[in-house]
Amino acid sequence: MSEFKMPSLGADMESAVLMEWLVKEGDPIQKGQIIAEVETSKGVIEIEVFEDGVVEKLLVEPETECTVGTPLALIRSEGSAKKEPSAKTVSTPEVKVSAPKTEAKPVQIQKKEPAPEVRIKASPAARRKAQELGVDLNTLAPEVGTIQLKDLDTLTQDLDKGPSIDGMRQAIAKAMSRSNAEIPHYYLSVSINMTPALAWLGELNSKRSIKERILPAALLIRAVVLALAEVPELNGFWQNDNHLISKAINPGIAIALRKGGLITPALLDAQEMNLDTTMQSLDDLITRTRANKLRGSEITQQSVTITNLGDLGVERVYGVIYPPQVAIVGLGRIIDAPWAEGDALTVRKVMQATLSGDHRATDGRIGALFLDKLNQLLQRPQELL
Amino acid sequence: MTMDLTLANKFYTQMLLIRRFEEKSVELYSNEKIRGFLHLYNGEEAVAVGVMHALSLDDAVLATYREHGQALARGIPAKNIMAEMYGKVEGCSRGRGGSMHLFDAQTRFYGGNAIVAGALPLAVGMALSDKMMNKNRVTVCFFGDGAVAEGEFHESLNLAVLWELPILFVCENNRYAMGTALEFTQSETDISKKAAAYRLSSHQVDGMDVIKVAEAAEQAVSQIHAGKGPVFLECLTYRFRAHSMFDAELYREKEEVQQWKEKDPLRVFEDRLEETGLWSKIKVKEIEDKISDLISEAVEFAENGTYEPLSDLEKFVYSPEVTS
Amino acid sequence: MNEHISYREAVKESIKKSMQDDERVFMMGEDVGRYGGCFAVSMGLQEVFGPERIIDTPLSESAFTGAGIGAALNGMRPIVEIMTANFSLLALDQIMNNAATLLHMSGGQFNVPLVIRMATGGGKQLAAQHSHSFEGWFAHIPGLKILTPATVQDAYDMVTLALADPNPVLIFENPLLYNTKGPLNTSTSPLPIGKALVHRSGKDLSILSYGINLSKALEAAEALETEGIDAEVIDLRSLRPLDDEAIIQSIKKTHRVIIVDEGWKSGSISAEIMARINEQAFFDLDAPMQRVCTTEVPLPYAKHLEDAAIPQPEKIIEMARKLMEEI
Repeated sequence: MSEFKMPSLGADMESAVLMEWLVKEGDPIQKGQIIAEVETSKGVIEIEVFEDGVVEKLLVEPETECTVGTPLALIRSEGSAKKEPSAKTVSTPEVKVSAPKTEAKPVQIQKKEPAPEVRIKASPAARRKAQELGVDLNTLAPEVGTIQLKDLDTLTQDLDKGPSIDGMRQAIAKAMSRSNAEIPHYYLSVSINMTPALAWLGELNSKRSIKERILPAALLIRAVVLALAEVPELNGFWQNDNHLISKAINPGIAIALRKGGLITPALLDAQEMNLDTTMQSLDDLITRTRANKLRGSEITQQSVTITNLGDLGVERVYGVIYPPQVAIVGLGRIIDAPWAEGDALTVRKVMQATLSGDHRATDGRIGALFLDKLNQLLQRPQELL
Repeated sequence: MTMDLTLANKFYTQMLLIRRFEEKSVELYSNEKIRGFLHLYNGEEAVAVGVMHALSLDDAVLATYREHGQALARGIPAKNIMAEMYGKVEGCSRGRGGSMHLFDAQTRFYGGNAIVAGALPLAVGMALSDKMMNKNRVTVCFFGDGAVAEGEFHESLNLAVLWELPILFVCENNRYAMGTALEFTQSETDISKKAAAYRLSSHQVDGMDVIKVAEAAEQAVSQIHAGKGPVFLECLTYRFRAHSMFDAELYREKEEVQQWKEKDPLRVFEDRLEETGLWSKIKVKEIEDKISDLISEAVEFAENGTYEPLSDLEKFVYSPEVTS
Repeated sequence: MNEHISYREAVKESIKKSMQDDERVFMMGEDVGRYGGCFAVSMGLQEVFGPERIIDTPLSESAFTGAGIGAALNGMRPIVEIMTANFSLLALDQIMNNAATLLHMSGGQFNVPLVIRMATGGGKQLAAQHSHSFEGWFAHIPGLKILTPATVQDAYDMVTLALADPNPVLIFENPLLYNTKGPLNTSTSPLPIGKALVHRSGKDLSILSYGINLSKALEAAEALETEGIDAEVIDLRSLRPLDDEAIIQSIKKTHRVIIVDEGWKSGSISAEIMARINEQAFFDLDAPMQRVCTTEVPLPYAKHLEDAAIPQPEKIIEMARKLMEEI
């Protein structure tokens, strides 16, 4: 008994509709005889049987669609039919041809923690060289644009080629060494009466929901930004013997990391913000810093740095400038301290604010001007809104 | 041409071999053993067999994608053609060509071309170079009525006559270019007349009668050998099956096919042999059996063939040796 | 022979010598005989070799290119001249479907040792249909070899190399080069097909070029030198096969590249080279790869428009300056 199958009539034929049987069960048939008609995309085609015999059974009803190779009928072959050579299994070449018949089901993708968005713009050649040298690209000072091979040139002299155990430590060490070596620092400080500002802030916050409350840190940053707007010389860079003043005020905010270490991501375009948005941006920045989700620009575009170690009890900070910036503002702890008002001695909330400046870019007069402005602003906190 | 028993056996055997080979190919294609395109020669056997008879092994043959008849009549073993269609390395083109691209250096069989009229310019070049090399041999170029529409047909005929090239042009006019009848494609449907317009020695032949074809071919070849330039034979023939396997034949009537089946070249030849009393001497059953065995062997050969290793994929793109 | 001759003369001399040394070589094309060649390359050859070996054909690109293939199949070594690459479109079927594929379709039985020479390129105000640069396009096809002689030396050598190659070889000659003169040394063996040539060594950037673009690249490099930019200039010589090794070696040295290509940039040979540099030398790039190609417009007749569309030394110089800047 043999099967009469739906024939392949073309390379792109997948199936056809059996339209009509031209024989019935029990009919004798001859090799080459047309026994059915099938409808294809190109029209109705007659199909033939390839052996002599008798139709034993019709397996498919008319008007049924069948894929190529589907058995359509059983043929009881005559004994005299020549034995067909048995098809030995020939090892087919290992070509995996995927022929999807149905839409592939979408695979459930496990949502992993997305990788940190830190991506410095660097050319492929620079990346590779940095890798070879064990240099963390993040440590290269916020150059404007993309890091290229020549930017790595200066580093090749300073490096010993061991694997960096603590990349950040090494990076900081490098930056600070450079700062100390290259930048002639001058240091200024001022004591600021924070009582009015804090009182005002307390008032403001009492009328607000917890989510909308402003932290003192935000108030201080806001004040620094406004002061810099009036003394822009401190907001910029020293590069190639040139003092470049940055239009954008992007204060790097020193944030302590849980596992140790300090990072100073920038609050970008702080000059565009108000007190509320400063607070929101600060909050967001701290959150993302701790979650390791900073943007490249936040790591490289600082135009000045604010370090506030007040939490740790330090009253006065003598900061080291991060090159190529030209200033770093230090804010100490707000403490209850004796304060003279007129002739009377009283106790006020006092904070030491310091300014370390690059003497190549500015002199003490500028620094003093800045600190004075800062002080003034904090005495009129309502202007900080 | 004198028809004797030897010749009668040769013609009958060759035509029957082609017929049975094609029938087997249908079955194998239906069972997905042969893939791609399959263009069958049933009904046109007399043309290939008749023309090949007039050629010597030294001559060159250029054929179309409907070439099984030419390939078999030329002497390419059935098993190598079958293996080729199975995609096996034992095929005459190492499985690289398939049904439409049969090549065989030994019999000077230069394919097998899937572009209609694509081989005519090649024929011009082969004949031109034969002349240059002072080789007195013939280049035969088979093509269908469809080729007459292509620019290359006209360019090639013009060059062949202009340069007096030893080409035998054989137009197998089966009246249809795939699904379009000749009357819908040619302003002048008498193809031999069009060829004559190029000052080509042009003749129309009954393509269903192998004796007539053979006689015309013999005459053409001797004319070419005599240096009288190219010859054009328009063989009026018919294909009993569709253009290719996947063709519903919506473009022609069943009655027309039936009519032409009355002129089946096997039957026509039988009649011609009856006239001379040779038919009774033909041992039909013996021939059928031998052919059946041959074809079974060919299928077995193909089934048991091997596939070219994938690591050889990038072979045969460039010929390696550079002469300096 | 060691002398200073024109590119045109070099091609002619090479054809002449090949035909003298090998009787299988003959030439076929439009107006190559009595007219002496559209660009006078074959001037006088018919008088020397006769009309049987320098054959004038009718305007039948498909037929005579196919005839070249047939003659090559049959044992001859024909040189088919298609007057310009613009007309090669009429012979595309023969080139793509026969010349490039016969070796493969026959399972290695029949090779096609055919040489096709064509004039290529724009810049002569011949308008859209007569100004094409298709060499990069043909380089897409496996089975063909594509040569672009830029110097007098290569104008001579490439005919010889092509005839010695058992595969179909297409040679693209820019007519603007025919009158240029240069040194020719016929005693040294030619640089093989598939080897690029560094014409000017440099360390700041690599300029890759072929054909007519070589001279533009060299001109640009000279100007750049005065600006302190040290450009390396390479003549690719063949577009198929490309000399990947030479290209990558140069990139490893300079880390920057400009490719000069008279084709339109979309899907061009410059795109292909960029892809290969990306695949093989990504980490050696210090800046994005650049290219100077023809503006995506059919070439206009008006001179100022045409000049603005095709590659020029000024465009290469400007591109180089941009490339050297901070990014």
